[in-house]
Amino acid sequence: MTTLTKTEDASAPTGPESFLSVRDLKVQFSTEDGIVKAVDGLSFDVERGKTLGIVGESGSGKSVTNLTILGLHNPRTSTIDGEIVLDGKELVTAGERELERLRGNKMAMIFQDPLTALSPFYTVGRQLSEPFMKHRGASRKEARDRAIQMLEKVGIPQPKVRFDDYPHQFSGGMRQRAMIAMALMCDPELLIADEPTTALDVTVQAQILDLLKDLQQEFGSAIIFITHDLGVISHMADDLLVMYAGRAVERGTVREVLHEPKHPYTWGLLSSMPRLDSDLDQHLTPIPGSPPSLLNPPAGCRFHPRCAFKEEVQGNLCSEVRPPLGDGRAAACHLTAEQKQTIFIDKIQPRLR
Amino acid sequence: MSDNLTLPAPQGTSGTPADALLEVKGLTKHFPIYGGFPIKRRVGAVQAVDGIDLTVGVGESVGLVGESGCGKSTTGRLITRLLEPTAGSITYAGQDITHASRRQIAPVRSEIQMIFQDPYSSLNPRQTVGSIIKSPMEVNGIEPEGGREKKVRELLELVGLNPEHYNRFPHEFSGGQRQRIGVARALALNPKLIVADEPVSALDVSIQAQVVNLLQEVQRELGIAFLFIAHDLAVVRHFSQRVAVMYLGKVVEVGDRESIYNRPRHPYTHALLSAVPEVGVDSEAADRERIRLSGDVPSPIHPPSGCRFRTRCWKAQDKCATEEPPLVQLSGNGDGHLTACHFPEDPTTGSRGDDIVMDPALMAMEEGDTPEA
Repeated sequence: MTTLTKTEDASAPTGPESFLSVRDLKVQFSTEDGIVKAVDGLSFDVERGKTLGIVGESGSGKSVTNLTILGLHNPRTSTIDGEIVLDGKELVTAGERELERLRGNKMAMIFQDPLTALSPFYTVGRQLSEPFMKHRGASRKEARDRAIQMLEKVGIPQPKVRFDDYPHQFSGGMRQRAMIAMALMCDPELLIADEPTTALDVTVQAQILDLLKDLQQEFGSAIIFITHDLGVISHMADDLLVMYAGRAVERGTVREVLHEPKHPYTWGLLSSMPRLDSDLDQHLTPIPGSPPSLLNPPAGCRFHPRCAFKEEVQGNLCSEVRPPLGDGRAAACHLTAEQKQTIFIDKIQPRLR
Repeated sequence: MSDNLTLPAPQGTSGTPADALLEVKGLTKHFPIYGGFPIKRRVGAVQAVDGIDLTVGVGESVGLVGESGCGKSTTGRLITRLLEPTAGSITYAGQDITHASRRQIAPVRSEIQMIFQDPYSSLNPRQTVGSIIKSPMEVNGIEPEGGREKKVRELLELVGLNPEHYNRFPHEFSGGQRQRIGVARALALNPKLIVADEPVSALDVSIQAQVVNLLQEVQRELGIAFLFIAHDLAVVRHFSQRVAVMYLGKVVEVGDRESIYNRPRHPYTHALLSAVPEVGVDSEAADRERIRLSGDVPSPIHPPSGCRFRTRCWKAQDKCATEEPPLVQLSGNGDGHLTACHFPEDPTTGSRGDDIVMDPALMAMEEGDTPEA
């Protein structure tokens, strides 16, 4: 269980340039049924101007991680261990007042469902201007100008009129655009996008994704992009982290992870997904079973009850020892590198045709 | 459910099948909107489905794709007669069931079943799995050989659940397992047609494939016709032999899978296919055209005149606003490949010289980039 605590070695090479660095993060919630280990020993880095994609199924801990970065968990029901360093500042131990100064200013979030994330009682314009007035000490007039400028940037027609509209007067895609404008008001250096397009239709999703990409080029923010859709992530991210049941199972650049995946879970994800150009006679290969409960997760590798290749590993390693996730390009699996290579070429690649 | 069953070859993939099980003509559903005070009057209508034609052959799987609000779910509910059509006709196995009364439709009801999207709200939490699957048989007074309970156990086994779980409640199952219960319930009456309304979109990626495979086995082994409603184009392509694309209450293009996915003609089909995010290397992505529409789907209360897609279309001309394009077979299209467009696109999905970017914000930013490049 403790193989991931090589904190010093891990942070040494990437330390100076990485803008956000998360080390051995553990988040636990106490519930009536027991303690939920939502995130269990997670480490990653995000560089300035780069996009880190986090993929995983529901309950894999991807949203919990990001709410932790923003300090949005209720301290009474959650226990947070580990280190989150944003631009040299430790966030886990930071006080509420300090976090308040950062939220919406240095780091901002785009939520999944804009209808519930925007307040129905205030106009869109007011919700946009508020953080700008608070963080920058701007006047109402300045904030209004800035908001209109941002609304125009994200492609809302007639921004001057729309400034005084309420969220319900916007369509789904426009609400998400307004959310993006709101997140970008104070020019944040870190932007967390939590399934920003899941609630949208594909044609609108394509517009929003391209918009986010272009905006990133212009503003140079670092983005953490959370999604369950491997297709979306392959367009958006530079680096990719695959999560399963609260742990990172594979890490690398998007190209590496999606084209030479090394973890059986990533193999499973890729071969269970139909694609527009896949072979039609090819049966989908689902991952058997369902994700484990985090109240009582399996020991050892959390994926082992669903893993088709656990017999290839000698002894009871899979069910007893947590596989370590190395630095850089790595997969947390007990299979040896040669085994992974052979299995991928012989069994997995033909399925992805 | 083993994967190495010998499956019969899929049915003929081209054209409209000779023996149609379900025929829908000019099907229309307008939901009235009432307003005014003190007497509420009808002030308008949501034109959810506006004159669609659709045929489902015996044992055939037809996909219905489109974005939210295009009327695909309403179509499914009209066909199962959960909603009363405003106009048009539904013919099932030669029998007109458009406005059939409860009694007239009773024998047909058991042959048309539905699988719902949300496995959490479509199963009664206070009933055991056994009674959920049994109730369609009770309602229809069907007494299968060996008793209803035996049949339920067989069905549970068929959908890959443990027959011992007969007495469990839905909350004891995961999402994928619940969807299997929904499938078992739909199969209880030996239906000939199943309307599956987004059966996998509420499930996680790894579970989706399990349910898709199950439905595919059911379809091929039992020869059940499917109307597969979904917004995920890749899943529809995997499951359906013929595909109809809907936009704002109309079918804009219909044809066999090959035609729709490789030789689409309607600009909307092009846009839809180009918007699907695919796992691919950069070089692969470069082979596909890039089309980015502007804005959202217009309101179905006041749909655009003429062609409904014209407000977001890059090829729209005056004719599109005045004349509604008929759904016809264009020259160069295969049999049964119908398109409703005055100015159809070339039948390819390969990349073209220029990207089509209609979105003003994207346009502004990308044009800003080009002079430097």
